[in-house]
Amino acid sequence: MYVAVKGGEAAILATHDLIAEERRGDRSVPEVTTAQISEQMKLATSRVMNEGSLYDPSLAALALKQAQGDSIEAAFLVRAYRTTLPRFGSTLPLDTSEMAIRRRISATYKDLPGGQVLGPTYDYTHRLFDFALMAEGETAPAAPIASDPLEPHMPRVPDILGDEGLMEAEVPPEGDPAPFDLTRDPIQFPADRDTRLQTLSRGDEGFLLGLAYSVQRGFGGNHPFAGEIRMGEVPVRFKPEELGFEIELGDITLTECQMVNQFQGSKDKPPQFTRGYGLVFGHAERKSMSMAILDRSLKNREFGESVDYPAQDEEFVLYHSDNVEAAGFVEHLKLPHYVDFQGELELIRKIRKEFDERQSELKAEKAGEAA
Amino acid sequence: MSAHAIDADYNFGYLDEQTKRMIRRALLKAVAIPGYQVPFGSREMPLARGWGTGGIQITAALIGPDDKLKVIDQGADDTTNAVSIRRFFARVAGVETTEKTNEATLIQTRHRVPEYPLSKGQILVYQVPQPEPLRKIESSEVETRKMHAWSEYGAMHVRLYEDIARYGRVATSYSYPVLVNDRYVMSPTPIPKFDNPKMDHMPALQLFGAGREKRIYAVPPFTKVKSIDFDDYPFEVQKWDEPCALCGAQESYLDEVITNDRGGRIFVCSDSSYCEDRREAGHVGTQIDWAKDQAYLDPNADEAK
Amino acid sequence: MSVAPLIPGFSDPILGSQDIFRSILDAMAHPGSIEAVDDAICGVPHDIPLAAAACLLTLVDYDTPVWLAPEFMSIRSWLAFHTGAPDAASIDQTRFALMSAQSSSPAVTDFPKGDDRYPDLSATLIVVCTSLHGGRPIRLTGPGIESETIISPQGLHESFWTDVCENNSQFPLGSDIILVAGHELIALPRSITCEEIG
Repeated sequence: MYVAVKGGEAAILATHDLIAEERRGDRSVPEVTTAQISEQMKLATSRVMNEGSLYDPSLAALALKQAQGDSIEAAFLVRAYRTTLPRFGSTLPLDTSEMAIRRRISATYKDLPGGQVLGPTYDYTHRLFDFALMAEGETAPAAPIASDPLEPHMPRVPDILGDEGLMEAEVPPEGDPAPFDLTRDPIQFPADRDTRLQTLSRGDEGFLLGLAYSVQRGFGGNHPFAGEIRMGEVPVRFKPEELGFEIELGDITLTECQMVNQFQGSKDKPPQFTRGYGLVFGHAERKSMSMAILDRSLKNREFGESVDYPAQDEEFVLYHSDNVEAAGFVEHLKLPHYVDFQGELELIRKIRKEFDERQSELKAEKAGEAA
Repeated sequence: MSAHAIDADYNFGYLDEQTKRMIRRALLKAVAIPGYQVPFGSREMPLARGWGTGGIQITAALIGPDDKLKVIDQGADDTTNAVSIRRFFARVAGVETTEKTNEATLIQTRHRVPEYPLSKGQILVYQVPQPEPLRKIESSEVETRKMHAWSEYGAMHVRLYEDIARYGRVATSYSYPVLVNDRYVMSPTPIPKFDNPKMDHMPALQLFGAGREKRIYAVPPFTKVKSIDFDDYPFEVQKWDEPCALCGAQESYLDEVITNDRGGRIFVCSDSSYCEDRREAGHVGTQIDWAKDQAYLDPNADEAK
Repeated sequence: MSVAPLIPGFSDPILGSQDIFRSILDAMAHPGSIEAVDDAICGVPHDIPLAAAACLLTLVDYDTPVWLAPEFMSIRSWLAFHTGAPDAASIDQTRFALMSAQSSSPAVTDFPKGDDRYPDLSATLIVVCTSLHGGRPIRLTGPGIESETIISPQGLHESFWTDVCENNSQFPLGSDIILVAGHELIALPRSITCEEIG
């Protein structure tokens, strides 16, 4: 006996209780704290801040706790919260040359002013489980402090190339208007660079990674070089109208990637390297690199390049990179669709009936001819 | 159902006033240009994209303390998402809710038009998954916007006619495209084509919200809405061989309910409130006793009214 | 020096704007029908009707440049204070305009009418009449109207209806109009047809 869906309200309330139970798990195991998540899962909270479009590590940690670690569900929580926050203005543009560097590398130069600062990275670890981590009471030794501090002056690689006149200049649009904000206004196509960059920085890391990979493998025209990747703290400044001068609100952790791409030029224009830019919250190198690769591939209009590959198709990349929207729409298939399905059933039964009738008619004709 | 206590942590209707103004301005332009998709700055909502955020934003921009809100999904008031959305508004607007179509001032719907005819002054808010009726023919927004600008709808006619060549009939049973006010081709949302005729010259105002795609559109009352067809293949709606098993209705859209795993099935009204009203008025279908027996219907439901 | 007391905006900004918006929406969805605004709903600066004040408070904000006709310039500080709406740098930048039905310039057709891909990027004009009754009858037909509606606003310049017809003939482009007088308003979306009777 099958009973149709009724008592929806009671079911919903019961569902809330069940998921709360699932989230907590075995009560004899200590509850995870948001401080543990924000301290010990920084790469996860960085991802949630980027895809949630809000810099707040403790909120990102709460989102991960509430969402049982599902980073898209966590980003969703952050976005919904962000919508309710009042805005009282815009900060001044952040200057990443002021960054308190914790990591800074370049693949285009063996050495450069400021040096290669490896910093905290998994890049050179061997991917072998450290089973000691399963026990508690970890006593990892503190990293030794270097004898000299880092160089104060760490020029950006594109600026080094720019001094030689070899790098595509970054020129703000005429009048240097405030950037477009797609959380306030809907995207229009063709999209300008500010819209593209904003979309990419909030985009799903997996989607961007796959597309960047496709560019490198051959579904794209450019070979990128990692000019520079830097990670560290950058001050945030705001100038309240009432005060008339800047105040520093604090600092945030950022990861910035500058990709240097093969040069463009023509008979009349001198050849120059072209650039791709990635900027994300927290420590998120893979994302910043993917973003920089796609920033360049989406500049095809500005460089008069033809759109041959998915990573160059602006609408394809920008419409489908938002994982909160994507998840909503894919998962909405779980909602009842039985009314439309009923329509399809009715249609297919009708068409099948007509098809079968035609077939029997044809068969009868053939039998008649044979006789 | 009576009005509820408002959740004081949120602005009335959840959205901030600036967002409501932005949506309200978009709605006015939409009403002035029937069937045209107005881009709007759709906000992130606490419900997922694809689950009605466009409809919710419109309702949130409209709703006031004097409204009576009905929310349906697949025609029924008690499907889980309809319940979820109704609870949301009860919480953030404290508004009175109802299941009776003719008592509602605002009706938010997913994929059905109520069977009970709507009247002047009522507002029907549709949830829209894909506002662009041409999207399956043309994937680029830049291109479809041009097609609408220049009334270039030939590709749509070709697409429908291809079905006729293949199947001998138009094989679209829902989201059947319509021409509004003799100007814009519009998606009626995935309502079954059975409901399309109700949109034509409807006395109520019809508003459409696509949250994820960030578009709002509208059909004013008493406006021409014509399902696209051909002289030799006129538009036709679905029909059933039997009436509703619960209330005997012969003119409503019926859902198929599987009753056992040996192919048993009954057909019942998709519009649950319409079916209930008919049963209250004394109409009975052939399976009403079976349904009460199986607890498909509350055996005490009709007596309790 | 004494400072003139600031005329208030909505007595209840949230419910007031919701109420007025529903009236404007009803008016736009049923062109020609007269919507009345409650007397106590908002403060009214001198020189403009209550319905105009209510419409402005409801619809404009820092995203919508407003063009004020010279005779209504006195409300500028009231408008800026309550809505934050910037002045339109030119007619081309106008999203909302407040003008008198008596002046023929600028004409309805001078305001932004949108473009073929985005006809919604057009102005909404709040046009002040002396009354919404007693003038020459005009027949309206089109979306929102069951068969026809007759309106008879007063205080309109000679070629007002010619301008409106020209505006509407460009459908889907065009501006949309809200006629106001006293505490009443009528909406004329660009989708309708206007005909002078007799």
